[in-house]
Amino acid sequence: MDYLTLLQILDSTLRLATPLLLACLAGLFSERGGIFDIGLEGKMLAAAFFSAATAAMTGSVWLGLLAGIASSMALSGLHGLASITFRGNQLISGVAINFLASGLTVLIAQSWFQQGGRTPSLIGGGRFEEVTLPFADALRDVPVFGPFYAEVISGHTILVYVALLCVPLSWYILFRTRFGLRLRAVGENPAAVDTAGVSVIGLRFAAVGICGLLCGIAGAYLSTGLGAGFVKEMSAGRGFIALAALIFAKWRPWYALYATLLFGFLQAIALRPDVLESMLQFKIQVQLLDALPYILTVVILAGFVGKAIPPRAGGEPYVKER
Amino acid sequence: MQTMPKWADIVLIPVINLLLAFIISGFVILAIGEDPIAAVGLMVEGALGSSYGWGFTLYYATNFIFTGLAVAVAFHAALFNIGGEGQAALGGLGVALVCLMIPWPHWTVALVAASVGATLFGALWAIIPAYLQAKRGSHVVITTIMFNFIAAALLNYVLVNILRPKGTMDPASAKFAEATHLPTISDMLNAVGIPFAARTPANITLIIALLACVAVYYLIWRTKLGYQIRAFGKSQAAAKYAGISSVKIIMVTMAISGGLAGLMAINNVMGEAERLVLNSVEGAGFIGIAVALMGRSHPFGVLLASILFGFLYQGGAELALWTTIPRDLVVVIQALVILFTGALDGMVRAPVERVFLMMRKKEA
Repeated sequence: MDYLTLLQILDSTLRLATPLLLACLAGLFSERGGIFDIGLEGKMLAAAFFSAATAAMTGSVWLGLLAGIASSMALSGLHGLASITFRGNQLISGVAINFLASGLTVLIAQSWFQQGGRTPSLIGGGRFEEVTLPFADALRDVPVFGPFYAEVISGHTILVYVALLCVPLSWYILFRTRFGLRLRAVGENPAAVDTAGVSVIGLRFAAVGICGLLCGIAGAYLSTGLGAGFVKEMSAGRGFIALAALIFAKWRPWYALYATLLFGFLQAIALRPDVLESMLQFKIQVQLLDALPYILTVVILAGFVGKAIPPRAGGEPYVKER
Repeated sequence: MQTMPKWADIVLIPVINLLLAFIISGFVILAIGEDPIAAVGLMVEGALGSSYGWGFTLYYATNFIFTGLAVAVAFHAALFNIGGEGQAALGGLGVALVCLMIPWPHWTVALVAASVGATLFGALWAIIPAYLQAKRGSHVVITTIMFNFIAAALLNYVLVNILRPKGTMDPASAKFAEATHLPTISDMLNAVGIPFAARTPANITLIIALLACVAVYYLIWRTKLGYQIRAFGKSQAAAKYAGISSVKIIMVTMAISGGLAGLMAINNVMGEAERLVLNSVEGAGFIGIAVALMGRSHPFGVLLASILFGFLYQGGAELALWTTIPRDLVVVIQALVILFTGALDGMVRAPVERVFLMMRKKEA
């Protein structure tokens, strides 16, 4: 494999890892706050549709992003209502949200655009433009680093850089602010937080809200950055891969970056079976590559590669003592 | 303390939940510019108005009985098996292998063997996550989700590389031999002189599904194992104190659950398609979740809920045929049913309990 092919694969790794990373960080906030969320997939899908639909109708991708975030946060609100306010089962609520998004997006897309459950292709201002970072062209001739900078680091849409910035930001919020400390506490021992006079319900809604915000960006990226318009089921299991990455990352932001980059790399390489074959000298089944993130997660979960311990109060509705 | 009479818990609350789900579905139909009343009329006419419609409604219901029972059995042990989709897919593989490998003389023998194959393969796909939960502490919900994806990749591989007959492009197995074809409901009814539309997919598996309902009822409420499962589901600590092995209960319950999900393949693979195709389960594994929640994890409830979802599935197909409403409406209804009967149950329960408490105070 030559250097240029490697750069191409790394480039698509970053592209494909971005929605995983955003969704993974979304799940991180929610689960650190004690709310399991298997509805990441549905929130992403809803956001992908509403951002593409809004961008198609208004011609503005920024309005699309806002609409995507709003729809994702609305579903988050529903999840919060069911699992925090009414103390319902968080897993069941997540399953419901996934189906709700899967059905509603197609239903509304058909009703608005009559194109068989998709939005029109986005053109011009309806998509996020690729950003060329400063000096990308000037540095191109520098050996090794120049092409890497120009091909891999530069030339992505703004949301890719937003996602990368979210990693240190999430780390800072969770581990260096009072809010972060309380958020983590509410996922471990909500009774202690309550005793300290801080609202458990408020904190958990904040966690779920941040989760909705990040899933919204992830979904908007799918349809307006990575793709050019919404197609049915376009999230394609990414919410679940993000969930897998979250466990892989043991609920920590920097590890989330590494895990999603790994899974993004697997997806990127699955798109280029020719490269893999020439490298390994034997044929690797595409299906094996598809299944690899899930198999890895099962192996990690089983504790064969270190132990992944979830936040202690995760999944438990908090009942204040009376 | 029991604040509500038993009938309110079993009948009133689920009915209110369902009504809420349906009312919101109606608003969804209204919002996309169609008439909900006319839509319901079309669905009833298309799914229940003729024996042709019933032939499809009962076929779908048969699928959902199996996957619904699978989720319900796991619920009794407080386990959430989201892996019905993958387990049913593996069950399909079991059926296909049994039907293709051995030249069966008669469908009765083939049916027994295929049932065993379907159950074993489905159970196997559930036992691995069960083992990982029981022994290694990994959460069964996450593992079963992962196993759905792994099953999809595995079936894709098997169909494309192994079972696909040479010279065809379609990722599907060869047609099963004539001798393994199951009699349809219409064959059976026409034989005794009752007219029933031909070319409908409902088949003898429906009877197996009904037997499975009885068997699950008997297992859960009339056997020692069922008692242990329920005890474990109510309180793991208490069950452990009573000498019930958590490893055994998790493994056995998930094996039964996976086996039931796998058994669905008799209906769709052997009874309907008569070969194994890609994505043969078509989401029935997930509908099992809605069915089990709606049926309150009771076999009779599961049966009723399955028929309702069979009706929605067939009615939804009719709607897609005659109106501009896509079939995905059923997914929305399914989501709302799961939401209201599962996650938002507390929203309905609390005010109803309050009403009953008020009534009791007045009586006192």
